[in-house]
Amino acid sequence: MNLITALARLLIFPGLLFAVPCAWFFLWVERKAVARMQGRIGPPFMQPFFDFIKLLGKSTPPRSGVSGMLMRAWPLIAVSSAAGAVGLLPVLPASGGFEGDLILLLALLELPSMCIIAAGFSSRSIFGEIGSAREAVLSVSYNVVFLLAILSIAASQHTFSLSALAQLPSSPLRWLGIAALLVCLPAKLHLNPFSLPNAEQEIYSGPMVEYAGPELAMWELSHGLEWVAATGLVATLIAPHLILWWLAACIFFALSFAIVLLLSVTAAATARLQIDTTVRFYWQCTLIFAVLAVASALFMRYKA
Amino acid sequence: MNLWNKLMCYSRRHSPWLFHMNSGSCNGCDIELVASLSPRYDAEQLGVRLEGSPRHADILCVTGPVTHNAAAAIRTVYGQVLGPKAVVAIGSCPATTNVFIDSRTLEGPLSKHIPVDVFVPGCPPRPDAIILGVAKAAEILAERGNQPPAESVMIPIGESACCAGGCARAEAAKPAPTEVQA
Repeated sequence: MNLITALARLLIFPGLLFAVPCAWFFLWVERKAVARMQGRIGPPFMQPFFDFIKLLGKSTPPRSGVSGMLMRAWPLIAVSSAAGAVGLLPVLPASGGFEGDLILLLALLELPSMCIIAAGFSSRSIFGEIGSAREAVLSVSYNVVFLLAILSIAASQHTFSLSALAQLPSSPLRWLGIAALLVCLPAKLHLNPFSLPNAEQEIYSGPMVEYAGPELAMWELSHGLEWVAATGLVATLIAPHLILWWLAACIFFALSFAIVLLLSVTAAATARLQIDTTVRFYWQCTLIFAVLAVASALFMRYKA
Repeated sequence: MNLWNKLMCYSRRHSPWLFHMNSGSCNGCDIELVASLSPRYDAEQLGVRLEGSPRHADILCVTGPVTHNAAAAIRTVYGQVLGPKAVVAIGSCPATTNVFIDSRTLEGPLSKHIPVDVFVPGCPPRPDAIILGVAKAAEILAERGNQPPAESVMIPIGESACCAGGCARAEAAKPAPTEVQA
């Protein structure tokens, strides 16, 4: 029974069967929101799906040797880890099955950006290498805040179990942690104030510059799945604990949608920051709040 | 034609990604190509995306009369665009080398170097003509698939929808709108 539940969570909800259409939907929402903010009409509803199918039908450049094999492998690793991260999200209340903990979820969330860095360097294109270097610097900057924010939430409850974290009572500390997570999401999803790694006007598509066809389709899919996983993580932390599974699922989806909308509108309303401004923003302005959150979490635990 | 092929054909028609290449253009056509993505014309409604890398593109948009320096680059970039692909020549320059004809510094027209699918004439062409050309190219792309481009697939697009001067002349030639009788 446990195995069936675990498989159902990984393959159906919130896993692949839900996550892949949801990823396309969120990619569409992002493009549509940006278009509406710019006074355009924007792409049709099925656009990310058509893009995906079209990319599957294109040919790929011939690649040989170990670096060629690696270049084929990176997008697949990115997609599978992002899909695994979505499958781990504690959306449904106490369903049993495989309960991964927070550390596994964070590792799976981090893996796509590692793959992007590696992909840029193994493509041996100058634009790819610049993009990868930027992604590495960015990920060192925002991850400190991101991890501290999650750690503060976990430390206040003295648990790394995901389902226990999702059932937390609402507290000011939790909202502080959620705010810190929201500040990190644009950098994690390469959105506009922090869209340095794929700055399309400066370094073309950054690490993706040499990718084509099905491999590019996999990158697009993994980006969409990252959207679902990252917004879903925040949504599960915000969502109230519910017994009814369908209501929990609906609230999860609605909250994720709201976060996607918020991030897209922010992306459309802002311009790209320089790399040193970005790093300074995370290390100087945001880190203080994250450290405060962790400190108060530890303080609360020892007081109790 | 089975279901997968039909879906692929439909997707190709609805998701043309462009790569824009300037082969010595005066920047007039380039501005018009960007204008076709702007809020007034909004080519993204057709799924058009301007890509930074030729590897990602389906349709190569070339502007300018091919100069000596650009000729080799055009062949390289055409090779970097992966199949199935189509080429749109934007403006009169890549079609005929326009006013620069017989110049020593040119190796145009474009069709001497790569097979061109759609010509969008004009100096510069209007954004709606460019969008029509891209849509036509996407249609050709969807029908042709991975087969090599046939030599003779060249579709001139609306001569009337051309340059600013031409349009002004067309406006002037139009009969004045008659007053609506009450």
